[in-house]
Amino acid sequence: MAMKPVTFTLNTEAKAAFTEDGQNLLDFLRRGAGDLSPKYGCGQGTCGACTVLVDGEPHLSCLVLAETVQGRRVETTAGLGQARPHALQEAFMERFAAQCGYCTPGMLMSAKALLDRNPRPSREEVIEAIAGNLCRCTGYEPIIAAILDVAEGRIRA
Amino acid sequence: MAVLVESHATLGDAQRALGSDGTYLGGGTLVMREVNAGALQGRILRTSDPALRQIRPSLDSVEIGAGVTMAMILAERDLAHLHPVARAVGGPQVRVMATVGGNLFAVHPYGDLTVALLALGARVVSAGGAQRPIEDFLRERDRTGLVATVQVPRPREPRGFAFLKVSRVKPKGVSVLSVAAHLPRDGGRLRGVRIAFGAMGPTPLRAQAAERVLEGSALTPDLIARAAAAATDGLDPPTDALASAWYRREVAGVHLRRLLERML
Ligand SMILES: Cc1cc2nc3c(=O)[nH]c(=O)nc-3n(C[C@H](O)[C@H](O)[C@H](O)COP(=O)(O)OP(=O)(O)OC[C@H]3O[C@@H](n4cnc5c(N)ncnc54)[C@H](O)[C@@H]3O)c2cc1C
Ligand code: FES
Ligand code: FES
Repeated sequence: MAMKPVTFTLNTEAKAAFTEDGQNLLDFLRRGAGDLSPKYGCGQGTCGACTVLVDGEPHLSCLVLAETVQGRRVETTAGLGQARPHALQEAFMERFAAQCGYCTPGMLMSAKALLDRNPRPSREEVIEAIAGNLCRCTGYEPIIAAILDVAEGRIRA
Repeated sequence: MAVLVESHATLGDAQRALGSDGTYLGGGTLVMREVNAGALQGRILRTSDPALRQIRPSLDSVEIGAGVTMAMILAERDLAHLHPVARAVGGPQVRVMATVGGNLFAVHPYGDLTVALLALGARVVSAGGAQRPIEDFLRERDRTGLVATVQVPRPREPRGFAFLKVSRVKPKGVSVLSVAAHLPRDGGRLRGVRIAFGAMGPTPLRAQAAERVLEGSALTPDLIARAAAAATDGLDPPTDALASAWYRREVAGVHLRRLLERML
């Protein structure tokens, strides 16, 4: 199987790793770059647990061909709140927005993509932003509340 | 056998290298599923040809590159009539990847944008430059080769075009059915009516019986009721995990009526 070198930025760090032909970005981040924060749920684009940002836009890393991130910037939950928790992480804790926690890394990245682009979203815009992320535990309300807490300045980092 | 990925400079190069065993990778939302499941092996071809990502508006139509994504449509003010359609495709992560070209090939229950393009009477332009009406393309899509752009006529007035998608999972779910209508008006009468359904057959299909009811008349509630009654004449909707053929046939007319009432 052909191996191809990929150089990219992972959170704040310049990275170089080899990808196998046909490898998806989720597998590449976890096995190639050693970042275990994006989660594997379905490998089919339906759950959103693998959501990462590529050049600021939310992507399902299981559906991205790894070699296409050459020269681009990938953000994962591992890059959030490295010194102290990010405001979204604080809010998720405060609101009990993580129960089993499996959806949380994907939810956080979808929420970050939203707030980076639109710091004061409406409730409808929050719901739309996490529409591609499944949560089987919380019933979504705590997650929506947590994101709105950050958007409306009730919780800061 | 494993997967082998080839990158080509242009769509034309990819077309020449495609052969009978290659799979073209657009945004990859459907192709990568197959790769992940081990169901797709062999050569995968891709290109970052910038020509594929262009949107070129002209007076009465817009030329949209096959590599344009749903998110790019949503960012283009000139395509406001297609915004409700692009927004109906998946969640935000799918929309940044899902392309117009891939949507043309997506099989049931996908292909929501294609339903709109069929109602608008788009023309599909191949990598070699050949052009064909979208209904011909949909009939032959297994052997048409790579798509470069689609030329999409622009509705002359905002209420001349409407789209509706019915899904069970809210806010995002695949189509139980989707329907689009283009009703150009000429002196108060409808001329060149086109209605298209998604999830009512293997590809998006025109509702020709309903079109015939509307053609040449003025749009009234009574006419709408007659068109709705003819909604599924000549169509053979599928049964799948989302709905039975019986259910689709029962509700298609109701949704067509609601759509047309918005266009009064
Ligand atoms: C979670 C999820 C939700 C989805 N929801 C919807 C939805 O609500 N509505 C909907 O319509 N779709 C939906 N889809 C399906 C899909 O994302 C879209 O149909 C999308 O537009 C496909 O485009 P793509 O670029 O990703 O296709 P790809 O996966 O890249 O390709 C799909 C097919 O098209 C061919 N192809 C792609 N581009 C070209 C070209 N230029 N020339 C020739 N052949 C080409 C490929 O070879 C392949 O056979 C969903 C998918 C997922 C994973
Ligand atoms: S693992 Fe990518 S969407 Fe489920
Ligand atoms: S907290 Fe368990 S899936 Fe969301």
